Amino acid sequence: MNALGKTLCRFWASSIGKKLVVAITGVMLVGFLLGHMTGNLLVYQGREDLNDYAYFLHHFLHGWGIWLARFGIIAAFVLHIIATISLTRQNRAARSSQYACETTVQASPSSRLMIWSGLTVIAFVIFHLFHFTVRVDPALASLKDPADPSRHDVYGMLIAGFQNPLIVLFYLVSITLLCSHLSHGIASIFQTLGLRTEKTRVPIERLGLAISVLLWIGFLSIPLLIVTGVLTDTEVTSMATPAVLSEPNP
Amino acid sequence: MNLTLKVWRQSSPNATGRIETYEARDIPGEASFLEMLDIVNTGIIEAGGEPIHFDHDCREGICGSCSLAINGVPHSRENGITTCQVHMRKFREGDTIWIEPFRARAFPVIKDLMVDRSAFDRIIAAGGFIDVRTGSAPEANAIAIGKEDADEAFDAATCIGCGACVAACKNASAMLFVGAKAAHLNILPQGHPEKDKRVLAMVRQMDAEGFGNCTNQYECEAVCPKEISADVIAKLNRDYAAAVVREAVE
Repeated sequence: MNALGKTLCRFWASSIGKKLVVAITGVMLVGFLLGHMTGNLLVYQGREDLNDYAYFLHHFLHGWGIWLARFGIIAAFVLHIIATISLTRQNRAARSSQYACETTVQASPSSRLMIWSGLTVIAFVIFHLFHFTVRVDPALASLKDPADPSRHDVYGMLIAGFQNPLIVLFYLVSITLLCSHLSHGIASIFQTLGLRTEKTRVPIERLGLAISVLLWIGFLSIPLLIVTGVLTDTEVTSMATPAVLSEPNP
Repeated sequence: MNLTLKVWRQSSPNATGRIETYEARDIPGEASFLEMLDIVNTGIIEAGGEPIHFDHDCREGICGSCSLAINGVPHSRENGITTCQVHMRKFREGDTIWIEPFRARAFPVIKDLMVDRSAFDRIIAAGGFIDVRTGSAPEANAIAIGKEDADEAFDAATCIGCGACVAACKNASAMLFVGAKAAHLNILPQGHPEKDKRVLAMVRQMDAEGFGNCTNQYECEAVCPKEISADVIAKLNRDYAAAVVREAVE
């Protein structure tokens, strides 16, 4: 192995090296979440704008763009998980014996939930991909844009997909845990990248909290407004009862 | 003052430890925590028992020898003091106090409340020094050092290596200790030439000793008797990343 390879191996094997991997992939994932939320908010502009956006995502760079983005996000996601699980295992081994009187002085609740909120997010991402990307429900998969039947009706899919209160509840719990994860994770990114100093300490903590709250509102407002009937689409909601959702759309 | 003590007793490094209960009678409020243990030990010895073993030396917060976790918190919840500076007037009549050794795989128990902290010595031996013959002390102002740098280096240099940071951390991470020891040399011009070599070697030794990884909960800075800020951890992360990049390309 050459010198560069040895350096990279030592970097990955070291505690700080893995933490830097978690931080850098964290930056990529937070960037993705902000972009994803911004795109989702086009639902408030109406069917045409959201469907145009979805069409653009699937066709830019002749259809290669979305796959390049997906590959980058999946790579970041997988690396983030592998490094975090490895660090967590090392941490558990380093503190194999616990205090009989275990006490926390100042660690925030979200910082203590990181591995559990992270594992819940993994489960949520799998569900979310099957729900809206793979579209295992034929009723959602077969929706066509009324203005252009050659393309998928993402707007209608959102309205139909969030009619089930149990699904909305799962989104509510998962996104809340995701934002709890981020409220600690974003500030941690700055600490791990060495950008936390006396001057930046408070702004960094506020930025982490602000992004988390922004994402929480941006992501959850959509399912909550749909399930409560505020955001609706007469064409779809009339047929999107749970019974119909389980049947293929003729 | 009468108190109930729940004390960790362990006869040797490989023996199974257990919590034993002792009654501490007629403890004066002005006694220090260690003096209270001296009083209890006198009673145990007079009754023909094995006294409770614990580390201590200067008993004035300088040496870093005392190492008890009191009610699950290393040293004390009170900012900026060591166990030997805890006074019994902080407790109330009838209190139950849990007294345990610092818990970390890298700090194995020697006996009762004494732990082996020589892992810290090995980290210092790996790079916590300036590798030049210094000869006699040079003229104090021969190398001009800015006030901010001098203050920052001095704050880091106040670390007494007690290990409370490791004991408080849920992951038994030694990042605050290593961060402080690296920072106090790296900030000063005398420490600059060996900065990269020092950081890489100290982090490598820290990992080899079996300490955990920092998850940015800052329990360490909350219990540090010298109130060293977790900003030194950010600096260690920054210096480590820069050292790895330079090692990879130079």
